[in-house]
Amino acid sequence: MINESAVFWSRVLTEVTLSFHIIYATIGVGIPLMIMIAQWVGYKNNDEHYILLARRWTRGFVITVAVGVVTGTAIGLQLSLLWPNFMELAGQVIALPLFMETFAFFFEAIFLGIYLYTWDRFDSQKKHMLLLIPVAIGASMSAVFITIVNSFMNAPQGFEILDGELVNIQPLIAMFNPAMPTKVAHVLVTAYMTSAFILASITAVRFLKGSDHIYHKKAMYLLMKLGLIFSIASALIGDFSGKYLAEYQPEKLAAAEWHFETEKGAPLTLFGVLDGEEIKYKITVPYALSILAHSNPNAEVIGLNEFPEDEIPPLYIHYLFNIMVFIGMLMVLVSLVYLMAKSRRWAFIKTKWFNWVVVLGGPLSIIAIEAGWWLAEVGRQPWILRGLMRTEQGATTSDNVDLMLVLFCILYLVLGIGSIIVLRRMFRSNPIEKEIADRESEKGGIAR
Amino acid sequence: MNLEILGISVLWIFLFGYVIVASIDFGAGFFNAYSLLTNRSHILTEIIKRYLSPVWEVTNVFLVFFFVGIVGFFPQTAFYYGTVLLVPVSISLILLAVRGSYYAFESYGSTGHKGYAFAYGVAGLLIPASLSVVLTISEGGFIEIVNGKPVLDYWKLYTNPLSWSIVLLSIAAVLYISAVFLTWYAWKAKDKKASDLMRRYALIWAAPLIITAVGIVIEMRGHNEEHYERMVSLWPMFGLSGILFLLTVWFIWRKRNYGLSVILLILQFALAFFSYGASHYPYLLYPYLTIHDGFTNEEMAIALVIAFIAGLCLLLPSIYLLFRLFLFNKDYVTGERNDHA
Repeated sequence: MINESAVFWSRVLTEVTLSFHIIYATIGVGIPLMIMIAQWVGYKNNDEHYILLARRWTRGFVITVAVGVVTGTAIGLQLSLLWPNFMELAGQVIALPLFMETFAFFFEAIFLGIYLYTWDRFDSQKKHMLLLIPVAIGASMSAVFITIVNSFMNAPQGFEILDGELVNIQPLIAMFNPAMPTKVAHVLVTAYMTSAFILASITAVRFLKGSDHIYHKKAMYLLMKLGLIFSIASALIGDFSGKYLAEYQPEKLAAAEWHFETEKGAPLTLFGVLDGEEIKYKITVPYALSILAHSNPNAEVIGLNEFPEDEIPPLYIHYLFNIMVFIGMLMVLVSLVYLMAKSRRWAFIKTKWFNWVVVLGGPLSIIAIEAGWWLAEVGRQPWILRGLMRTEQGATTSDNVDLMLVLFCILYLVLGIGSIIVLRRMFRSNPIEKEIADRESEKGGIAR
Repeated sequence: MNLEILGISVLWIFLFGYVIVASIDFGAGFFNAYSLLTNRSHILTEIIKRYLSPVWEVTNVFLVFFFVGIVGFFPQTAFYYGTVLLVPVSISLILLAVRGSYYAFESYGSTGHKGYAFAYGVAGLLIPASLSVVLTISEGGFIEIVNGKPVLDYWKLYTNPLSWSIVLLSIAAVLYISAVFLTWYAWKAKDKKASDLMRRYALIWAAPLIITAVGIVIEMRGHNEEHYERMVSLWPMFGLSGILFLLTVWFIWRKRNYGLSVILLILQFALAFFSYGASHYPYLLYPYLTIHDGFTNEEMAIALVIAFIAGLCLLLPSIYLLFRLFLFNKDYVTGERNDHA
């Protein structure tokens, strides 16, 4: 017995919760690494500015962690509340990484607490820096484990079904499924990339406001370097993901590319608008899809027409794919141009318009993250477990899901606005110039 | 000992951990709000903040650990409890989210606002109340199976005296645990005023705690006789827990041995909590789900136990470090150190 409206509202509520959570979760995965790098550079070069960078990022980070933790708790429980039938089955096969994620999370929470409250306690900054290693590892590992759960939903394996019963369950085989390597790697590097560009975007706002402090210049240079490395890595791993899809989930790739007929030497469709059967305003790159899918311009790519109509994902995911790829490429370009200009002393990177581009880079990266997740998730519809369990079979049968959706939407609105207000207030009342002056007077023994 | 028992014991231990740390946290929020209303915030706020700051995140993880663990070890709980608990647990989640984020917003971002502090305190009492519904439902009698799907009878739940007794017990326990702990913490911080105030609260909340606890045992007799009889057969445990309770109250009354009082308090609740858990055996949800038929397959169980042991090897030293740096660090507790970012 399936409750149609509960299925629909469960999907909407899950989507809203996850879309809100991943903003904070992405920051939560990437920023600890940035803090660790800043602290390390500061310690190595004995440069107070980088240490301060780490300190100020950490302070802001706490606010985003708080929202990440509470929305993460929400999605954790919502999985069982909204998808009880799915969780009953998944619990038997994929509980291991879910369980390991809580340990990673525990680990991060403990050391973040210690790091935050021992700022001036140790004699050497090295001891303090060591505390950041478990924070960064915990943050990244929780992303690894939870992405493993998600990749299992795309490529379920590690069990057999005999007369409706699950038999021969192998938790490790379920974890190391074919979707796992590309998914985990892509999630990690895009989180690092997004965090670097968000911090760069905040720094660029300082420049636009007229600050010319050396602290911001150091921050920008460091972040652009990191941003370039991680955005190139994202693009590379994105390409591997395309190859994975061609091999294991061809219907997702075909829907994302509007590739209908199976053919050799398949062209890649960029942009375009779907009008009935016809694609208007498209840009076609010959052979590119075959190269993307199989690294071979003449390789055959499976088209959508090979699949039964009720097993293909919605075609709008093509737009999501375009948004994600376009933003990714743009950010590679922006950071590359910045670094070239920096080494050749081109002055245009100091202009207003270039700083505006960098300011936009942060929010754009977040949009790319959202688009990427929507592409990945909508792209496996109609399945909750690809090839095994359809989404409506996994959903709850209880009523009131629509009412809960309203309550959670209000909650997320409050959390979103609250976190922005608090963050702005925090840094406005304590600009870097003031903090440096305060620390110097502290060192002089005037105030302690 | 078989894997089912091991699994549920591990989860029950973590749930107990959550009950203790969350009670301290929730109660502290309430006392803080109450002291604001009665213009005594200057006495309590500093002490509470100093304790909560490094640990508020860790508290939440105990809860996450429990609910992820139970779906892992007992996947069928996701089906039964997941389906029926949508509304009550969603409300708890929203309250938890408001509280968790508010604490961070307040302590790192802004200056005190009375209205928020009040909402924070009230949310702290509503969370245990809304979560304790799960305990009531587990006693059976509130769920019917319609067309193979469990359905919760809200009317029966909200008109049953047992539900309300459990709610009252959870609130009284939160306030009592928190007051005893903060009495000791403030005393350690050499803050006599705060310690005396918390001592008064501890003594005030001792009476409702014991009244509701005894009341529930009596009501259980009419509600779930099988469970009642198993509880009676464990009477020495509950009796011992009662003696420990009296000892704690005695020490607090005589203003002595606050440190020992906290240990006795934890032992008292541990005894009652584990005896209650043992008397619930073998049911996870009476009468539909026992821990034997709800248990996961053996391969997953073994994998989870190994992951658990490995995780514990990381976790225990980390928690020890956290305690050494904050809870047991004299300079930090007395406020002579303030090394926050």
